[in-house]
Amino acid sequence: MKAIQNLGIAIFLVGLGIFSALPFLGSFQLDQGTFNEIVEEKRIKSELFIEDIQQNVVGKEFSGMVDLSSKISNALDNANATHGKKKEYNKKIYTKSSEMASIIGKKSGTGYIANNKGMMWFLTFGLGIIGALMFIVPQIVTLGQKGIKNDGVYHQSSTGQGWIAWLVFFFLISFYLVLYFGSEYAVNWTYLVDPISKSLSGNPAGHWFVYGFMYCVVMTVMAVRMYIKYRHNVYQMVRTTSVLFFQIVFAFLIPEIMVRLQMPYYDFKNAFPLDYDFFFQWNLKSLLDSGGIGLFILVWGIVLTLVIVPVMVYFFGKRWYCSWVCGCGGLAETLGDPYRQHSSKSLFSWKVERWLIHGVLVFAVVMTGMTLYSFFTETSTVLGIKTSSIQNTYSVYIGSIFAGVIGTGFYPIFGNRMWCRFGCPLAAYLGFVQRFKSRFRITTNGGQCISCGNCSTYCEQGIDVRAYAQKGENIVRSSCVGCGICSAVCPRGVLKLENGPEQGRINPTEVLLGNDVDLMELVNKK
Amino acid sequence: MEHIVIIGNGIAGITAARHIRKNSDKKITVVSAETKYFFSRTALMYVYMGHMKFEHTQPYENWFWKKNRIDLVNGYVTTVDHKNKKLVLKDGSNIQYHKLIIATGSKPNKFGWPGQDLPGVQGLYSKQDLDHLEANAPDNKTCKRAVIVGGGLIGIEMAEMLRSRKIPVTFLVRETSFWNGVLPAGESAMINEHILEHHIDLRLATNLVEILADENGRARAVTTDKGDTIECSVVGLTAGVSPNIDFLKESGIELDRGVKVNRHLETNIKDVYAIGDCAEQHEGIGQRRPIEAVWYTGRMMGETVAQTICGNKIEYKPGHWFNSAKFLDIEYQTYGWVFSERGMKENEQHFHWRDDKEKICITVSFDKETKQFLGINTFGIRMRHEIFDRWLTEKRDVNHVMEYLKDANFDPEFYTQYEGKIVSKFNSEFGTNISPKKKSWKRIFSNA
Repeated sequence: MKAIQNLGIAIFLVGLGIFSALPFLGSFQLDQGTFNEIVEEKRIKSELFIEDIQQNVVGKEFSGMVDLSSKISNALDNANATHGKKKEYNKKIYTKSSEMASIIGKKSGTGYIANNKGMMWFLTFGLGIIGALMFIVPQIVTLGQKGIKNDGVYHQSSTGQGWIAWLVFFFLISFYLVLYFGSEYAVNWTYLVDPISKSLSGNPAGHWFVYGFMYCVVMTVMAVRMYIKYRHNVYQMVRTTSVLFFQIVFAFLIPEIMVRLQMPYYDFKNAFPLDYDFFFQWNLKSLLDSGGIGLFILVWGIVLTLVIVPVMVYFFGKRWYCSWVCGCGGLAETLGDPYRQHSSKSLFSWKVERWLIHGVLVFAVVMTGMTLYSFFTETSTVLGIKTSSIQNTYSVYIGSIFAGVIGTGFYPIFGNRMWCRFGCPLAAYLGFVQRFKSRFRITTNGGQCISCGNCSTYCEQGIDVRAYAQKGENIVRSSCVGCGICSAVCPRGVLKLENGPEQGRINPTEVLLGNDVDLMELVNKK
Repeated sequence: MEHIVIIGNGIAGITAARHIRKNSDKKITVVSAETKYFFSRTALMYVYMGHMKFEHTQPYENWFWKKNRIDLVNGYVTTVDHKNKKLVLKDGSNIQYHKLIIATGSKPNKFGWPGQDLPGVQGLYSKQDLDHLEANAPDNKTCKRAVIVGGGLIGIEMAEMLRSRKIPVTFLVRETSFWNGVLPAGESAMINEHILEHHIDLRLATNLVEILADENGRARAVTTDKGDTIECSVVGLTAGVSPNIDFLKESGIELDRGVKVNRHLETNIKDVYAIGDCAEQHEGIGQRRPIEAVWYTGRMMGETVAQTICGNKIEYKPGHWFNSAKFLDIEYQTYGWVFSERGMKENEQHFHWRDDKEKICITVSFDKETKQFLGINTFGIRMRHEIFDRWLTEKRDVNHVMEYLKDANFDPEFYTQYEGKIVSKFNSEFGTNISPKKKSWKRIFSNA
């Protein structure tokens, strides 16, 4: 078993190694015809840029994106600078150099990688999947009897904030930086999944398709791990299946198929304000221009946020979204599960959490208010502030850096719910409903708590569960996503996630069972 | 300002300190030689197993004590001078008190086995014991085998700990079946099977004779009364615990096995109280033992004594007995009284059910004549404390318990429910015709 697992790690690392090398490999050659198409498509009016590219790029072979992208960004910057000086604003190119490089790069790939997509897919994704499963599946045997198996979590480098965790940390952060800010380096990755993309939407893959596909693959493989690790716990099995289903079908397949059917790309489960650009002008326009389906999406998006989400939270708690449906939650509960113990439980962190998450919610709401005001009044500023600059700030700092780079990149060191706990505006909104008007609670079982701390340690949301359990109080915290792990790791059967009557749900003065009642009245008297 | 000094920072002492602070402004000092801050003793095993770090076993952050004006003194009390209301610490310093609470807990039993004090021989009770185990058995290369002596809760926990590092374990149990002084036979048998499933070399009805030393004076093997010599690097002594009160021998405070206390947890000396594992009631309360070395009773005594010290003099009145434990992967809960065959009362009758596939079973005890429900043991099914507490108070009969068993289920959502199987076995055994009622929130919360 150990040998199979070690071989699995080796195979996985080969796949990962090839995948990581791809941004620096490959050859690119742009021909005149393709370039003309791009000029046409992007409506490039800058003759300076066109000349520069034709002189320095067209017809030449580049090995690796590093060479090519520097030529393109030089051309773009020089052309824009000159046009700026001459005040030829209509000739300026507003496409970012990184995006321009990825557009040109995507169409000019030659050589082995671009011509052997299937083989390259196998050498990266294929080896990764096989290797990971060879490591994971033997755990059916190596973990021994079914039950909670957290042996060695804090002794292992990978899960105990050791050097492996730090390597993963830097890898994930680099990956997200490429994804959000250096998409030209993802061009080779897009080739790997071109065939899949074409079979779904009919279009070649962009870097977001790579991300979406990879997201599904990673979640599926790590869901296998969940199924094995928690095979004694049906709640975890059902929840994992649910979250996987919504990722693959709702977040990945349906939007791609909608594109094939000439419909707008839309993830039906992605609720505003997590889906922060739902009310952005370009989206509203695209929806209004898409006929019946566009209108349906518009109405659905609004109803989802205003009615469906809060009503479901009333009945089931925010878990129905955060740990059963949501994509961010889905990754956190699969890829992130080995790191859940690293969320800080200090009172200080809780304070930071409340300021940050509610701050982001306010930011999202204000931004959307400005957006809608601008949309209906057809102005671009509100009180002298440019709506688009607020939107860009949100997109870059919250949408990309917080949700992506920090949200996932920080998993191995700071726990798997950084974004969900500190940043997600939807979670903040659901949290209000859960705290003040919901049937959901984690019931504490009388006086059975022994203060061991497993629940707090393994709470991914950094809730000090024990602080409530040892007082015999139910847990009704707004941040609880209802993953159910506190209940699973409890050695004494103290915690149970339940939806029940609102009366008696919050029980701060209820007794710690065991001691006689008249005494408990005194103890609870403030 | 009145100065309350508490010796011992375990669950009993700390609970007392917290509740005294809640109810008063008295000066509070807690003296401990074990650790600076309170930690959950029951969680030590998880630190060795790598589930948690030691800091996770501390229920309160370090700033908590200063904020709540609970002074922590690191020191070992050697003498209690109650005439002068003074403690003398090992370093020679003194602490004056107005009221003293002794909450010094337990120490592992040693029954005079030859070699019981050799290096490599240890119990598992304190933070220091955890440190010793980390040194004695860091991995299965340093520790080729461990022998555990004593088949109780700590013994099986220690076996689980060592197995988590793949260290071979031999488990010597004096009884003919694991913990059968407490558990009825069916349950005890199931745990025996589970121990073997975890590749623990379980030796029932076997006693330790001697621990042998190697040339460096470290434990190298044990011999048993079956004539076996078992080579090992570590010997775990887990044959129960007894009150940790040796330092009180000359103090004039009345002692027996523990510190003798009345129902107000007062000792024979005015203004000196004892709570938790080290306290011994003059007579056991109800069917309880005079000394109860259990987490929950320690906590409850702490809550009680705090009331008395703050001017509401009240008796220690524990309610219905309850307890819980985990045997490797099997959770155990008990409510009310279910005695083993050895301790069974005359009027007590048992109904036992065990699932044919999973390691899940329950035993319900009830009165032969009146059918009054007396208690339940559950293995692998979680039960609702409040419901059983209520049924015991209401003196419900066993048929009522069977009929409403679903109200008491506390397993996570989507878990397989066994009430149907349980009740149908009960029906066939006792000729009843009970059909289990659907779970009702209304009934569950009826007393709220």
